[in-house]
Amino acid sequence: MTTMTEEPGNPSIEAGIAAFTVTLIIRRFDPETMSEPIWQDFDVEMYPTDRVLDALHKIKWEQDGSLSFRRSCAHGICGSDAMRINGRNRLACKTLIKDLDISQPIYVEAIKGLPLEKDLIVDMEPFFASYREIQPFLIASKEPKDGKERIQSVAQRAVFDDTTKCILCAACTSSCPVFWTDGQYFGPAAIVNAHRFIFDSRDEGAAVRLDILNDKEGVWRCRTTFNCSEACPRGIEVTKAIAEVKNAVLSGRPSIPTA
Amino acid sequence: MSDTATTTVEPPRYSRAPRKARGLEKRAWLYMRASGILLVVLIFGHLLINMFLGTGVRAIDFAFVAGKLANPFWIVWDSLILWLALIHGANGMRTIVNDYARGALRAVLLGALLVATVVLLVLGSLVLWTFDPCIGDTSSGVLAELCGAQ
Repeated sequence: MTTMTEEPGNPSIEAGIAAFTVTLIIRRFDPETMSEPIWQDFDVEMYPTDRVLDALHKIKWEQDGSLSFRRSCAHGICGSDAMRINGRNRLACKTLIKDLDISQPIYVEAIKGLPLEKDLIVDMEPFFASYREIQPFLIASKEPKDGKERIQSVAQRAVFDDTTKCILCAACTSSCPVFWTDGQYFGPAAIVNAHRFIFDSRDEGAAVRLDILNDKEGVWRCRTTFNCSEACPRGIEVTKAIAEVKNAVLSGRPSIPTA
Repeated sequence: MSDTATTTVEPPRYSRAPRKARGLEKRAWLYMRASGILLVVLIFGHLLINMFLGTGVRAIDFAFVAGKLANPFWIVWDSLILWLALIHGANGMRTIVNDYARGALRAVLLGALLVATVVLLVLGSLVLWTFDPCIGDTSSGVLAELCGAQ
């Protein structure tokens, strides 16, 4: 473990890294007092190793307690703090300040295409409704062999490995221009999670899910703009997964290795 | 074991009301790919024959077109370009209208698109398949000699 050699404490202070002032311009909205969102700017002292989430915390804790945003684990696992930072969907907890151009203000706003509730918080219900509709759970009616376990080969596991990484942060779906137009499109995240089960050799619900995604608002609304693949904080090849589902719809069944 | 066993629900388990024209989007998507591949060959062939081979773009005049349309091969070639490209374009417009227009506006735009497409297809096909270079007064035209000989 080479990472354990540092002394406890803030490593950036000990290494003598200078703090600098960063300007954040945040799109604020309070449904009780405003009819339209406004942009408000804040100056915060940050270290290069800090993240955008740390800047938001600093504002909320030291400058304006009314700033509202979601975050849970703060370490890129839970997917609560997807937001639009400098025009790109990212997780605030995985975006380092030093990776952004700090000579310019950093623009932070809520993700697009979902109803804005307050500041950086949107109503995620339409997003989760699409997710529920593709039946994101294992459908298996047969008893496992010997009553023990459903055996899967390494190759069979590998075909859907990428899409198991999804944390449902909605960065992909809310970066999709087709989703922005009317919100009827299932969206990349729902298709990615359908892919995870469609291509699972233990699952028997592929035909049902392919029927659902053969809908007018299903995979055929994808225009392969690759916004979703660029937005995904987990590096899932979203557009590729959608293309594989399209192929599965065309041939009627997913192509899974037999062993 | 029996009280904890999962209940088997017979298909169809997906209960959302079936929508009209199921599979239309799939066929439209396939059509765009297939026609796109064909059009690459057809249109580049068309450009090559008309613009580059022989004396190049200066060769195009009434006689050149009349000469091409006297050959059934080029009538079929041009008809394929007409139908494949026009429907390809109309379907592209349809998806854009579906993306950005709602309600009555969508219905009006889709209706106008359908009318325009059908009219253009009929007119284009009519020209290609009933083209006669000798219609009208050709006594001073470039084909006067040829038409007079008929």
